[in-house]
Amino acid sequence: MALFSKLFAKIRGGQTSQSDWAEIHDSLIAADLGAKNAAEIIEIAKKTKSDDISEAIFNSLKSWLSQNSRALATNSVRTTTVMIVGVNGTGKTTSTAKLVSHLKSENRTVLLAAADTFRAAAVEQLQTWAQRLNVEVVTGPVNGDPASVAFEAATKAKEENTNYLIIDTAGRLHTKSGLMDELGKVRRVVEKVLPIDEVLLVVDATTGQNGIVQAKVFMESVVVTGLILTKMDGSAKGGIALAIERETGIPVKFIGTGEGASDLEVFVAEPYLNGLLA
Amino acid sequence: MFESLSAKFQGAFASLRSKGRLKSGDIAEISNEIRSALLDSDVALSVVDFFIGELKARTDLVLEDLNKSTNPANAVFEIVNSLLIEILGGSARRIRLAKNPPTVILLTGLQGAGKTSLAGKLAKYLKDQGNTPLLVASDLQRPNAVTQLQVVGESVGVPVFAPEPGNGVGDPITVAKNGLAFAKDKLHNIVIVDTAGRLGVDAQLMKEAKSIRDVVNPDEVLYVVDAMVGQDAVNTAKAFLDGVGFDAIVLTKLDGDARGGAALSITQVTGKPIMFAATGEKVTDFDLFYPDRMASRILGLGDIATLAEQAKGAFDSDTASKLESKFASGEDFTLDDFLAQLEAMKKMGSMTKLLGMLPGANSGAMKKQLEQFDEGELVKTQSIVQSMTPLERNDPKVLNGSRRSRIAKGSGRQVSDVNSLVERFSQAQKVMKQMRSGKGGMQLPPGMALPAGMPKAPAAKVINKKKSRSGNPAKRALES
Ligand SMILES: Nc1nc2c(ncn2[C@@H]2O[C@H](COP(=O)(O)OP(=O)(O)OP(=O)(O)O)[C@@H](O)[C@H]2O)c(=O)[nH]1
Ligand SMILES: [Mg+2]
Repeated sequence: MALFSKLFAKIRGGQTSQSDWAEIHDSLIAADLGAKNAAEIIEIAKKTKSDDISEAIFNSLKSWLSQNSRALATNSVRTTTVMIVGVNGTGKTTSTAKLVSHLKSENRTVLLAAADTFRAAAVEQLQTWAQRLNVEVVTGPVNGDPASVAFEAATKAKEENTNYLIIDTAGRLHTKSGLMDELGKVRRVVEKVLPIDEVLLVVDATTGQNGIVQAKVFMESVVVTGLILTKMDGSAKGGIALAIERETGIPVKFIGTGEGASDLEVFVAEPYLNGLLA
Repeated sequence: MFESLSAKFQGAFASLRSKGRLKSGDIAEISNEIRSALLDSDVALSVVDFFIGELKARTDLVLEDLNKSTNPANAVFEIVNSLLIEILGGSARRIRLAKNPPTVILLTGLQGAGKTSLAGKLAKYLKDQGNTPLLVASDLQRPNAVTQLQVVGESVGVPVFAPEPGNGVGDPITVAKNGLAFAKDKLHNIVIVDTAGRLGVDAQLMKEAKSIRDVVNPDEVLYVVDAMVGQDAVNTAKAFLDGVGFDAIVLTKLDGDARGGAALSITQVTGKPIMFAATGEKVTDFDLFYPDRMASRILGLGDIATLAEQAKGAFDSDTASKLESKFASGEDFTLDDFLAQLEAMKKMGSMTKLLGMLPGANSGAMKKQLEQFDEGELVKTQSIVQSMTPLERNDPKVLNGSRRSRIAKGSGRQVSDVNSLVERFSQAQKVMKQMRSGKGGMQLPPGMALPAGMPKAPAAKVINKKKSRSGNPAKRALES
C-alpha cells in the first residue's frame, strides 16, 4: 500500500533528517490538523524505526478517527428524520439536495422541509433542487418560524409514511446563542411528532481551527450525529474533520465533491487519510 | 479553548524574566510559543515563518533598548503587535472611484464565501454615501442566486440588472457586459457585479472569471473570503490572484469567533489590502477594515471595540442610566433591576464567549471563572424572578413560604432554588448599601473597565469584596 507515497519516498531509504521532519510537520499543518496534533504525530514518528514511519503516522491518524457508525441512520418502520445544520455558506442546501439524490437512487421516498426561512431566496433555492429531483418540499412564510415549518413537514412525513424527512436549516454562526436556541427548538418541536434520527453538521473543507469549536457548540445545541465534509474537490485537504473527529467523536459520514446533486460520496478513511499528506 | 498568544507569551516571558537580561536566544525561545499560537489562529505556515524571521531581526536590532525598558516582555509584545498591523495593511483603504463613471466593482471568491450578501451590503454602503449603484446578477450557477440578489437589492433599494434566470441558464459574461452598458445608459455611477463562487483549482471557471473581468474592465476587483478559512487560504488566494487578479480583499463572517489568521496570510502573500469587514447577516453589518482590531483578534488580545459595540446594543441606554441613577440616589436595587440586567446579558449573547473577548480572559483566574460560568444558571434565575409578582420583585421581604412555593411551581424549580436566590440577592443588596456609604472601593483590574453603555454594575465590585468567585452580578447571586 502506498502510504503518503510522495512524502515518504526518501525517508524509506534510511535516515530521517531534520528537514524531513519539518516537511512532515508542515504537511500536517497545511492540512489543517492543528499545531497540537501535528506536534504529537511528529513525536510518535520520531520514536519509530525509519522504515515504519509512514505506517506509524498513518496508524496514529487512523486511531484518531471516530469509532461511531458512519452509516446514514435508517428506520425500517417509520420516517427517518435528518436535520442539516452548520455555519453560513458551508453547503447545507446543496448537501440536502445531494442526500435526496443519494436516497432516491436507493428507491427511498423523501420529503424536504425548507426551514431556512431567513436567508434571501433560500426557500427558492431548495425548491429549485426539489423540482430537479422531483421531491416535495414543505415551505413556510418568509421570516416565519422555522420550527413550525419543520413541524408541519414532520406531520406530513409521518402521515404519508415517507422514508426520509430532511430538514434544511439556515446557516448560523455558533456564537449566536439566540440562533442556536432556535435550532434546538426546531429539534424539540419535530420530536413531538417523530424522533430525530440524524443531525448532520455540514463543514466546509477549507475551514481552519475554528471548526472544532463549531462542532462542539452545535453538538451541545442539537446533538450532532455526523459530519458532511464539503468542497473536497478544491485544494483544501479537510484535515479539520479529523481534528473534529478526534476531539468530539463525531464521524464524517459523507464528503461533498462538487456542485451537482450526484457529487456526494460515502466517507472512506484510507483515501481521506492519504489525501491529508498527499 | 486555544490558549491565546498573549497568554502563551506572558507565560514564556515570566520564565525568561527570571534570567534578567534578554539575549537574542531568549527571543528564539519564545518564538516557538508565538509560532504555535499563530498556527492555532490559522495563519499560514509560510507566513508564520516569515513573521518569526522578521520578529527576530527586529528584536535583535533593539535588544539593547529592550533591556533598558522596564518591561521587556511588553516591549517585545508591542513589536509583535505592530508587525501584525503592518502586514495587515496599516490603515484602511477606500474604494477608488473611476474618473469616468461608472466605477465598476467585480466580486470574486470561493463558493459560500458570502459574495451575494456582500454585494447588498456594499451597495447600501455606497448608496448611503450618495452614489447610485447598480447590482448585476452574473451568478447564473448556484440555484436562485439571482433571486437572492434581487431580494437583497430590493431590501437596500438598489436596482438589480438580472436579464437571465440563472440556475444554469444564461451566459455570465454577456450579462456582465450588458449590465455595464445598462448602467452607462441609466447613468448609474457604480456597478457591482456578483459572480458565481468557484474553486481556485477549477481552470475552466477561472477562465470564465477572467473573461468577465475582461469585458467589464473593473476599477476594483474584490476577493471575498470567509474569516474561518484555514491553511488553504494562501493557495486559493494565489489561484485567484493569478487567475482573475484582484485589488483588495473583503473578510466576511467576522461576527464569529475565528481568530482570522487567514487575513494575515492573504495580505502577506498577495500584498493586497483588506478593505472591508462583514460582521453579520444584516445589510448594515459591514464596516471598513481596521488592521489594529484584527491584530488584537489574532493575538487573542480581545476585541474590545466589538465588545463595546455589542454591550451598547444590549443595554439600552434607558436601562443603563436608570440603574446608575438608582445606585447614586441610594434607592434599593430590586429584583426587577436584577432581571433587567439578566435580560441584557442574555441579549449580549453567550456570556462566556463575550467575556472571552476581554483581554486577560485567558489568564488563569479569569479562565477558571469563565469555565465555571453556567449559562443555564442564568436562565434558571431568570425564570424564578419572572414568576414573581411586581410586589415581590420590589420587596423580597414579603416572600413567605406560600409565595415561595408558588414561585417554585410557576418557574418549574425547587423551593430551595428560590430560597437560595432570595438569600443571595438580599446579601448583595446589603453589601451594595455598604458600598454606597463608601466602605467598599474595589477597583477592576486595568483593561477590565466595563465598556461604554454598561451600567457600572455595583454588584461587580461587591463580589470582589466578598471574595466571591464570579465577577458577574447574576452569577454571583447564584453562588453558594
Ligand atoms: N465545489 C463545491 N462547491 C460546493 C460543494 N457543496 C456546496 N457547494 C457550493 O457552495 C455554495 C454554498 O452552498 P449552499 O448549499 O447554498 O450553502 P448553505 O450552507 O446552504 O448556505 P446558507 O444557507 O446561505 O448558509 C454554493 O455555490 C454551492 O454550489 C462542494 O462539495 N463542492
Ligand atoms: Mg442554505
